Amino acid sequence: MSGKPLAAIVSAGLSKFGRREGLYGRELFLEAAGEAFDRCPNLDPRRDIKGVFVGHMGESYEHQGHTGPTISDWLGLTPTQGFRFESACASSSAALRCAVMAIASGLLDIVLVGGVEKMTHRTTPEVTEYLAMASDFPFEQWHGLTFPGLFALMATAHMHKYGTTEEQLAMVAVKNHKNASMNPKAQFQKVITLEDALKSRVIAWPLKLFDCSPITDGASCAILVKPELAKKFTDTPIYIIGSGGATDRLGVYARDDITSLLSAKVASQEAYKMAGVEPKDIDVAEVHDCFTIAEVILYEDLGFCPKGYGGKFIEEGQTHIGGKIPVNTSGGLKAKGHPVGATGVAQVYEIYLQLTGQAGPRQVSGAEIALTHNMGGSGASAFVHIYRRGD
Amino acid sequence: MSQQEALTPPPTVESFYKFVAEGKLMAVKCKKCGKIIAPPRPVCDGCLSRDLEWVQLKGEGELVTFTIIHVPPVQFASMAPYTVAVVKMDEGPKLPGIVKGVTQPDQLKIGMRMKVVFEPAPQQQTWPQWPRYYFEPA
Repeated sequence: MSGKPLAAIVSAGLSKFGRREGLYGRELFLEAAGEAFDRCPNLDPRRDIKGVFVGHMGESYEHQGHTGPTISDWLGLTPTQGFRFESACASSSAALRCAVMAIASGLLDIVLVGGVEKMTHRTTPEVTEYLAMASDFPFEQWHGLTFPGLFALMATAHMHKYGTTEEQLAMVAVKNHKNASMNPKAQFQKVITLEDALKSRVIAWPLKLFDCSPITDGASCAILVKPELAKKFTDTPIYIIGSGGATDRLGVYARDDITSLLSAKVASQEAYKMAGVEPKDIDVAEVHDCFTIAEVILYEDLGFCPKGYGGKFIEEGQTHIGGKIPVNTSGGLKAKGHPVGATGVAQVYEIYLQLTGQAGPRQVSGAEIALTHNMGGSGASAFVHIYRRGD
Repeated sequence: MSQQEALTPPPTVESFYKFVAEGKLMAVKCKKCGKIIAPPRPVCDGCLSRDLEWVQLKGEGELVTFTIIHVPPVQFASMAPYTVAVVKMDEGPKLPGIVKGVTQPDQLKIGMRMKVVFEPAPQQQTWPQWPRYYFEPA
């Protein structure tokens, strides 16, 4: 049932997520890359790595752009080619998709892909302003919309059309905090109750504090090789068997259906088709829960449940570990944290752990096929990847 | 499209807000497929034609969705909490905008009639010097 491997992931690394005082983004990246190198002793970075693909949303945070050569330099890999990819919160999934293209084309055979964002040294209003740059300036930002506000527009519409409730949204937060409590690298380590979530302060009605992902420092890294080389580096590779990318109208207001994420639908259909799998075949998924409503809509648009059923799907516990399709076992953006440029490959890191049986207490037993979905901004870009455990 | 046929003023964000300053909500209409587009853009997003003309919207429509912003961007701090809605104008396009005088969700109902209102432009020294249009229940 599974498609041809496009690329193999032979190692991955992740920095601790959270408030990482005194570290600069490039230093955080070395923490993630160091883990990936330690896990892969057969890799000689200087000899083997033919390109560095880094997702990084904003130069405003650290007054630092030109991230491709910056990271390549700090990795000690100069003069290797280095690229920075920007697709807002999907930046490192854009890097991943292009790394897959580079490998599948035969142009490069071993690529380091990752992402980084250092955010917490800035004030919350500054971070809010930098993040908002991914939305439509003359019509969304100019009329007072924030990112929580944009997803709140989707929530209000979804609640009206399908009867989704604030309690169901809160259940997403409760689940993801519970999963994060089993992930030592997550920003939040504490479980929360439904009451905690429902009583938290309103940010953009109907969304409350616990419906929102936090501001986070972090970096992520994975080593991609052409499938034929995988066994040179590890006995337990995972294969990327599907890759999809799509866009949606930049402005939420301009979309035909505000209760749906078109980019997720189109990107996932492309990835499913390429992989030769269906939604029911997915054993574990990391999806872009920047806000709880996003996870609910994604259950629907990625095909895990029928349209309009997302609220009921979480209420029934179908996406908990042990449920029909565990979603965001890492804690997701919501509780693991959301260093925007790093998030896409951080999802890959969780899938790498799950498919190689290294996810500890949050392990989904027997996981073979996995999916990641990462979106930029309010969904104007999205990338979906499908993975298969190596033999 | 030849240079002589170019639309005046050009179908841009800047032109849209100049019209707002005059109390007009303007869209462009595609002369090929008839689609009415707001905010305006130089190419029809229905059929990709560049043959467009300006049309004035009546300024009335239906509430599609809304949110009440409690944690605002810095420049909106003095207004919070405030409501932002998406309104589907009767001519077809959807536009976002702040709803005057609404701070509670029970003051609005999806599907209700809304109308556009204009206020004098704030004095801005730096780019962008755009006035805002607002919505209120009709």
